[in-house]
Amino acid sequence: MGKRSKVIERDEVVVRFSGDSGDGMQLTGTLFSYTSAIFGNDISTFPDYPSEIRAPQGTISGVSGFQVHFGHTEVYTPGDYCDVLVAMNPAALKANAKWMKPGGTVILDVDSCDEKNLRKAGYETDDPITESKLSGYNIVKAPITTLTKESLKDMGLDNKSILRSKNMYALGLVYWLFDRPLDHTKDYIKKKFKKNQLIVDANVKVLEDGYNYGNIIQALTPSYHIHPADIKKGKYRNLSGNQAVAWGFLAAAEKSGLELFLGSYPITPATEILQELSARKDLGVKVFQAEDEIAGICTAIGASFAGDLAITTTSGPGLALKGEAIGLAVIAELPLVIVNVQRGGPSTGLPTKTEQSDLMQALYGRNGESPAVIIAASSPTNCFDYAFYAAKIAVEHMTPVILLTDGFLANGTQPWRLPNLEEWPAISVPKADVNAKDWHPYKRDLEKLSRYWATPGTAGLEHRIGGLEKDEHTGAVSHDALNHQRMVEIREEKVQRVANVVPELELLGDEDADVLVVGWGGTFGHLFTAVDELANEGHKLALAHFNYIKPLPRNTYEVLKRYKKIVVCELNLGQFADYLTMNFPDIQTQRFNKVQGQPFTVVELKEHFKTLLED
Amino acid sequence: MAENCQVKFTDFKSDQSVKWCPGCGDHAILNSVQKAMASLGYKKEEVAVISGIGCSSRFPYYMETFGFHTIHGRGSAIASGVKVANPHLKVWQITGDGDALAIGGNHFIHTIRRNIDLNVILFNNQIYGLTKGQYSPTSKRGFISKTSPFGTVEAPFRPGELCIGARGQFFARCIDKDLKHSVVMLEEAAKHEGTSIVEVLQNCVIYNDKTHNAITDKAHSADRTIKLEHGKPMIFGAESNKGLMLDGLELKVVTIGENGITEDDILVHDAHCDDITLHLKLADMEYPEYPVALGVIRSVKAPVYDQCVAKQLAEVQEQSQIKSFNDLIHSGDVWDVE
Repeated sequence: MGKRSKVIERDEVVVRFSGDSGDGMQLTGTLFSYTSAIFGNDISTFPDYPSEIRAPQGTISGVSGFQVHFGHTEVYTPGDYCDVLVAMNPAALKANAKWMKPGGTVILDVDSCDEKNLRKAGYETDDPITESKLSGYNIVKAPITTLTKESLKDMGLDNKSILRSKNMYALGLVYWLFDRPLDHTKDYIKKKFKKNQLIVDANVKVLEDGYNYGNIIQALTPSYHIHPADIKKGKYRNLSGNQAVAWGFLAAAEKSGLELFLGSYPITPATEILQELSARKDLGVKVFQAEDEIAGICTAIGASFAGDLAITTTSGPGLALKGEAIGLAVIAELPLVIVNVQRGGPSTGLPTKTEQSDLMQALYGRNGESPAVIIAASSPTNCFDYAFYAAKIAVEHMTPVILLTDGFLANGTQPWRLPNLEEWPAISVPKADVNAKDWHPYKRDLEKLSRYWATPGTAGLEHRIGGLEKDEHTGAVSHDALNHQRMVEIREEKVQRVANVVPELELLGDEDADVLVVGWGGTFGHLFTAVDELANEGHKLALAHFNYIKPLPRNTYEVLKRYKKIVVCELNLGQFADYLTMNFPDIQTQRFNKVQGQPFTVVELKEHFKTLLED
Repeated sequence: MAENCQVKFTDFKSDQSVKWCPGCGDHAILNSVQKAMASLGYKKEEVAVISGIGCSSRFPYYMETFGFHTIHGRGSAIASGVKVANPHLKVWQITGDGDALAIGGNHFIHTIRRNIDLNVILFNNQIYGLTKGQYSPTSKRGFISKTSPFGTVEAPFRPGELCIGARGQFFARCIDKDLKHSVVMLEEAAKHEGTSIVEVLQNCVIYNDKTHNAITDKAHSADRTIKLEHGKPMIFGAESNKGLMLDGLELKVVTIGENGITEDDILVHDAHCDDITLHLKLADMEYPEYPVALGVIRSVKAPVYDQCVAKQLAEVQEQSQIKSFNDLIHSGDVWDVE
């Protein structure tokens, strides 16, 4: 490789691959992020795709994107605006032009910019660059389709297969742009198509030709140089939020010695958890793909009654359907984890987009006083941690736990340092003791107020439970008025006592902050980056980010009351802000809400925080 | 000695007082179940009785076994979870015509389709009893109730037809007050591997009294029902002189000794036949056109879901290189940061 004519040194860069939903952009982005991670960058990725499998070709609604943020320093979000956009057609350019950083690089397949595609994308002129106000940008007009055809003309492939390789040409060119090795991608291609040598050869050739095309155009195009990040030593792999949830439960099953049971029904964007665990029969996971959401949770409740670590997974509409059964787990006091990967609502809403609007549903979306523990993960990889802790709390406290993630966490990826399970806490299973004096099904651990798990098959522990209220002392059905009030209070108190084992709320940033930013769940990366960047610019800000929603950390009030100006930022209309007000009526909060199916951008957060700092 | 260790049917009675209405058919079914479990040699701790909501669903509270009284219509799903989690358990589901065929219809058919090894007792009294008298999915067209004061305008489900249509492999029918026959039916259901549906024609003494009387009444039951037994000719009647024959594609009631018909002309019941055609016809027979079929109408061997799950788990565990969580996370694309 020759010396490059223009090199831009950067700490971090955002690249977005964008094309038709059939153009293979998700794979292209994934391969690029793997190569960057192996190179030693910290990375964060996010796919953005339509809910249709193959939306109309060439239209904006059919655009599928994959964004990679990688850097020499730690990165917490997939980035707001991109430095480099790969646009495989005019619609991809049109959809993403507003997300370009000033002066960024656009790689456009000019072959796709014919009259038909320009009109489909909504361009009125034949000059999409000018029309999208990108004239001052670094535009690489690459005839990717022609070059791919040229590259493969002697290989004897059909036209369809040739056109399918376009994405590898674009990927090769991007590898050149960042001076990255092709090895990992070549290995991937060889493994993926091992049964078809012709396809392997074709894809490798196109990838290399794309890379070499960079050398040809280098006089016109600057390349980027990003050093590896200073990352903690260890073994790493890339992990998405959904995969992390699945693996967190596998870890919890192994730690507790319980068999893992998942009852679930496919629903976007939670399906990958079901798929991931379906593949793990080697670890003894029993997966029941149910006939509907209700059967998904009910089979899990049955499995929990029988003594398995039982899970159900879903997204918003599915949580609504599971509500009655969650109530059964509450009154039967059985361990159960319900994962809700939140998406845009109400109703079918925006299935592939992210939102945080199921908080109130998780807290209160059931009949009667029906308390459950609510936990929210805040990064793709800590979905592993919170799935593990959700299972631990469910089992040790004999209670349903709702784990909230969202579409952004579920599909986003980060490098994950492989954990050593021996260093993780034990999960102790509160098995009923057949020899215990005066055992009955609602006898409680006096510290936690949880009952004991008496599983079928154990002689001497035969008992009946169910959805009817039970007598506090015998476990028999009871309609007694005062007994009911006591049982309602005990169930609530049992959940509140989980606070004894939940870590305290951590304050990130300046203790003497002028503005306290409050968030929960999947917005952590954007909120932290905004607060961190403003702190570096000399502003006094702090972030209090919640992972434990019910019960709240013990020191929540102590932290909040120290600040006069608090802004609660959420991807809904203010559900957590309302919840805080309900719990702490004297704490005044302001709100910053966004409900667009998209994550916050760091830019919009910083702008808003600055106005608060100036007030 | 071993005989003395056997659990007696009274051992299956819990300490709770039974709160069904006096005269309700449920009392008899409870007795039949306890007798069947004792005669099957069940141990109390290996039995899980799961129910949904309705009068019949209070059943688990009266059984000295493991029991779970759950939510309306979801008994099959919960029982499925219990059985898959622990296939060693004897899992019995107690349900009614509303619980199984209305609100729980989806779970009912999919449980049957999967052929999970559950013994399901479907109490069919053709009425909603616990909510005090509304028509159910098995109430006959025109049935007058609190929510159908001018008669229903709906066709009822026939549970046997629904079961077989959902690829059910075991369907039996009996009458609540016929304890002896009911116990045999429950034993047959228990011995069958896969989902067994036993429809019990049950009398609701308060809201739908005598609904099955036309066929269950002692004076007429011999002429209006037929007790099918595998391998035996389909003969019925007080004088055992009536039988069933095929006339083209239809069943026909004939009298032995008339028109030259002998016992050899009568159909022989084959409950183990894979083809559903005749089983459907037998399950669908209604009085007065036909005698109502009692007994095991269909009992066919087929792959059992929970057994298949356990087998697949064992096979994959045997073959896979991944034996632990640690093996899993180190497999595939892993890189070192030094």
